[in-house]
Amino acid sequence: MSETVRVIGDTLPGADFNAPLLEVDDLRVEFRVRGQRIPAVRGASFTLEQGRTLAVVGESGSGKSVTSQAIMGILDTPPATITGGAVRLHGVDLLEQSEETRREVRGNHIAIVFQDALSALNPLWSVGFQIGELFRVHRGTSRKDAKLKAVELLDQVGIPDAKNRVGDYPHQFSGGMRQRVMIAMALALDPEVLIADEPTTALDVTVQAQIMRLLKRIQAERNMGLILITHDLGVVADVADEVAVMYAGEVVERAGIRDAFKRPAHPYTKALLRAIPRVDTVGQELEVIRGLPPNPAKLPGGCPFHPRCFAAEDKCATEVPPWIEPAEFHGSRCHFAEEVYTDER
Amino acid sequence: MNAELGQADTGTDPVLEAKDLVKHFPIQRGIVVKRTVGHVQAVDGVDLKLHPGRTLGVVGESGCGKSTLAKLLVGLETPTSGSIKLEGREIGNLSARRMRPFRRDVQLVFQDPYTSLNPRLTVGDIVGEPFEIHPEAVPKRGRAGEVKELLDMVGLSPDHINRYPHQFSGGQRQRIGIARALALRPKVLVCDEPVSALDVSIQGQVINLLQRLQDELGLAYVFIAHDLSVVRHIADEVAVMYLGKVVERGTGPEIYDHPRHPYTQALLSAVPVPDPDLRGHREEIVLQGDVPSPIDPPSGCRFRTRCWKATDRCAEEVPSLAVGDRGTHPTACFYAEERDVTHAVK
Ligand SMILES: Nc1ncnc2c1ncn2[C@@H]1O[C@H](COP(=O)(O)OP(=O)(O)O)[C@@H](O)[C@H]1O
Ligand SMILES: Nc1ncnc2c1ncn2[C@@H]1O[C@H](COP(=O)(O)OP(=O)(O)O)[C@@H](O)[C@H]1O
Ligand code: SF4
Ligand SMILES: [Mg+2]
Ligand SMILES: [Mg+2]
Repeated sequence: MSETVRVIGDTLPGADFNAPLLEVDDLRVEFRVRGQRIPAVRGASFTLEQGRTLAVVGESGSGKSVTSQAIMGILDTPPATITGGAVRLHGVDLLEQSEETRREVRGNHIAIVFQDALSALNPLWSVGFQIGELFRVHRGTSRKDAKLKAVELLDQVGIPDAKNRVGDYPHQFSGGMRQRVMIAMALALDPEVLIADEPTTALDVTVQAQIMRLLKRIQAERNMGLILITHDLGVVADVADEVAVMYAGEVVERAGIRDAFKRPAHPYTKALLRAIPRVDTVGQELEVIRGLPPNPAKLPGGCPFHPRCFAAEDKCATEVPPWIEPAEFHGSRCHFAEEVYTDER
Repeated sequence: MNAELGQADTGTDPVLEAKDLVKHFPIQRGIVVKRTVGHVQAVDGVDLKLHPGRTLGVVGESGCGKSTLAKLLVGLETPTSGSIKLEGREIGNLSARRMRPFRRDVQLVFQDPYTSLNPRLTVGDIVGEPFEIHPEAVPKRGRAGEVKELLDMVGLSPDHINRYPHQFSGGQRQRIGIARALALRPKVLVCDEPVSALDVSIQGQVINLLQRLQDELGLAYVFIAHDLSVVRHIADEVAVMYLGKVVERGTGPEIYDHPRHPYTQALLSAVPVPDPDLRGHREEIVLQGDVPSPIDPPSGCRFRTRCWKATDRCAEEVPSLAVGDRGTHPTACFYAEERDVTHAVK
């Protein structure tokens, strides 16, 4: 399967192979609910290259899932509207494409794995049928061959005795095994980009370790780009090449993995790292981020983080901070990014 | 070193003590005539001792019996067998009515701040609810004042007494749950995954609150969680559970730096460390397969089906939670042996 030649021009006219694999550029998504506008994503930007892993972190409600749904083209519109920005795959803006092209891109180029495999799978169909269906619909594969493909995939994702389990239904699998089935479905059409939205959040640590190991192996084998959405900074440190930190719908910091952890340039990232209980916090008070995550319908002016920020000054409440890059490949949306980066703040 | 969990410290008597605690849930079939076709062995012979002002952490993966243990300790479930003593008095086998005065002393904080609060009651009603069940605790006239004091104690504004749960964030709701648990001035709080549903930035606030309350009120905690680093932070002692049994117990450093049970070692090794410099340095023990069913658990040592050290003996004999030869902390494994799986972390 690794030798598959991608005929990308077929499904994606205008593809430019010198452009980055995936580029999200100032993406903006709004929900309109009962006459109210909720800006859920207010400027998400990041780039993903082949074979790389980008972790997207941030607390619940910060816009991680909405961003990934916008990339996939599976947002419910309405209530959602994409109000700006671009999602470029090989340089082609997917937001400009017809629904037909987008359908081709889904699965073939970009696939997604959700946290909750049970609700993402159809309870009435066997897992083999659901995987096989992808081959039948997208590739016109015969019923018999589709089933063989399903067995092959289940085997690849580590389902023991795949030949005999292909006819089983989702509820007959444990949580971890179900997540493997989800991964098999996402891989079926050999995508270039895999988005994993909190793939292990509902799982126990030993199962999480198995699933993360599987994802990394498959990514390496297929040279895929992986967007890993998680709130577990341990997982991030373990697998990511780059990190994008989201707060209140914005990417507020972007950096290589080491810089993100060792020299954060945004106070939110810094505070988040300090809030993790560690060996040396035993018996101490934990450092906390004061206050609450903001309500997206009522964002504070200036920097949205300022009411909770340890570094804030007067201008933070009134002036929107610019994107500052204190180092190469390292940016932060904070007035004092340089000082935070050098630990003067 | 003493074999009993909770005896490592002080000369004080334990406030709460459980011995050989068992809870088996019958599985019934049949519509008209029910017959029992088996049992879920949710908790199967757990001993614990908890001293005033101390925290016992309980860790283990889902289904290992943590919540059932919590419910037994607060009297929401009746034990199949075994003993629970509160300040030396047996309460495990009392009828619901006779148990009531004792129940005041042991209260539960639930995991899910979203579903555990009745959405139709005001915060004042929720926090004051225990006074309806135990009217002797505070005279009616004093209750509103008492509720306001409780809200203040957990860091919520007493002015919010007439608001409804949906007007609060997850972390604030967990504070409401803690205020309610404190209403009857208990001696023990059993916290069942109290921060698991919260974001990291909010987790710390709730953990700090629990620690402050412990200092101020001299409370003892049973703190259940699946996040091992949270437990390390808060607990004086830790019990590791697998399929209804405690497989290892000891102080934080004993469990985390000198784990002796293969399951504890696998569990610790699976936790990713938030430091990219340690990537690849961690020794990862990847367990094969899934946890077996508690309806028909493996004979002998329950971990043996996934254990890389298992021998025939493990299938035939049940290992007891024994102290090691050289006085090492209690570990239920015939081949218990220290292995530093997180060495890179220090
Ligand atoms: N269906 C919806 N209707 C209205 N608002 C929504 C909907 N889905 C998401 N949102 C808004 O978008 C914000 C971001 O949500 P989401 O991307 O799911 O956050 P995350 O995945 O980071 O936890 C939420 O705070 C919420 O206000
Ligand atoms: N009321 C009940 N009836 C039958 N089985 C139960 C009941 N409550 C819990 N169990 C079973 O007991 C085992 C332990 O459950 P639980 O105590 O909730 O574990 P944990 O909290 O560690 O996830 C599980 O197999 C669970 O399905
Ligand atoms: S801009 Fe100001 S408030 Fe925002 S993160 Fe930077 S210092 Fe804090
Ligand atoms: Mg999400
Ligand atoms: Mg539980």
